[in-house]
Amino acid sequence: MGRSLKKGPYIDARLEKKVVAQNDSNKRTVIKTWSRRSLISPDFIGHTLAVHNGNKFIPVYVTENMVGHKLGEFAPTRNFRGHIAKKDKGRK
Amino acid sequence: MARIAGVDIPDNKRGEISLTYIFGIGRSSAKVILGKANVDVNKKVAQWSEAEANAIRQIISNEFKTEGPLKSEVSLNIKRLMDIGCYRGLRHRKGLPVRGQRTKNNTRTRKGKRKTVANKKKATK
Repeated sequence: MGRSLKKGPYIDARLEKKVVAQNDSNKRTVIKTWSRRSLISPDFIGHTLAVHNGNKFIPVYVTENMVGHKLGEFAPTRNFRGHIAKKDKGRK
Repeated sequence: MARIAGVDIPDNKRGEISLTYIFGIGRSSAKVILGKANVDVNKKVAQWSEAEANAIRQIISNEFKTEGPLKSEVSLNIKRLMDIGCYRGLRHRKGLPVRGQRTKNNTRTRKGKRKTVANKKKATK
């Protein structure tokens, strides 16, 4: 179920403040954030955000198409490398 | 033989059912279309008059997205997800379920035929 429109989009207030401040001063630095639940607003376009995935920060360059998604969608938390070929065991 | 919205030629069925042979039209939109065209839902396609068929054609081409354009819209939406590299896009790329279903077993529609892993031995005592 989607979020109620009445409430408006959820964007972490501190993160939004940082992004807007950067927009005003025309500075572009990587912003570290843990707020995976924040919606990507049009203000974010062109920024690079380092989104925490529980282990490390994944750099996410925000493009126009990403608006409306959550930051966490771009920093996968699981790392599946495939199944390891099992050693021949149980020979007795 | 009625030919509506391109290739589809369903006949000898009730209009409501027959229209669902068109990609992008299900039972409910079929009812809406027939209601707008003032055609009885239970009337067989074979009994449609030329005027009725034309009215239906008109409504579908003006108000509904069907067949080719709809299919390309869907695949463009999926392509967008894959291009921006979000979680749903990654799942589409890997051919795994997108909406958080379990993958321990089942999900054969997405994964395709079973791929047996070689050398999987039964536990011997």
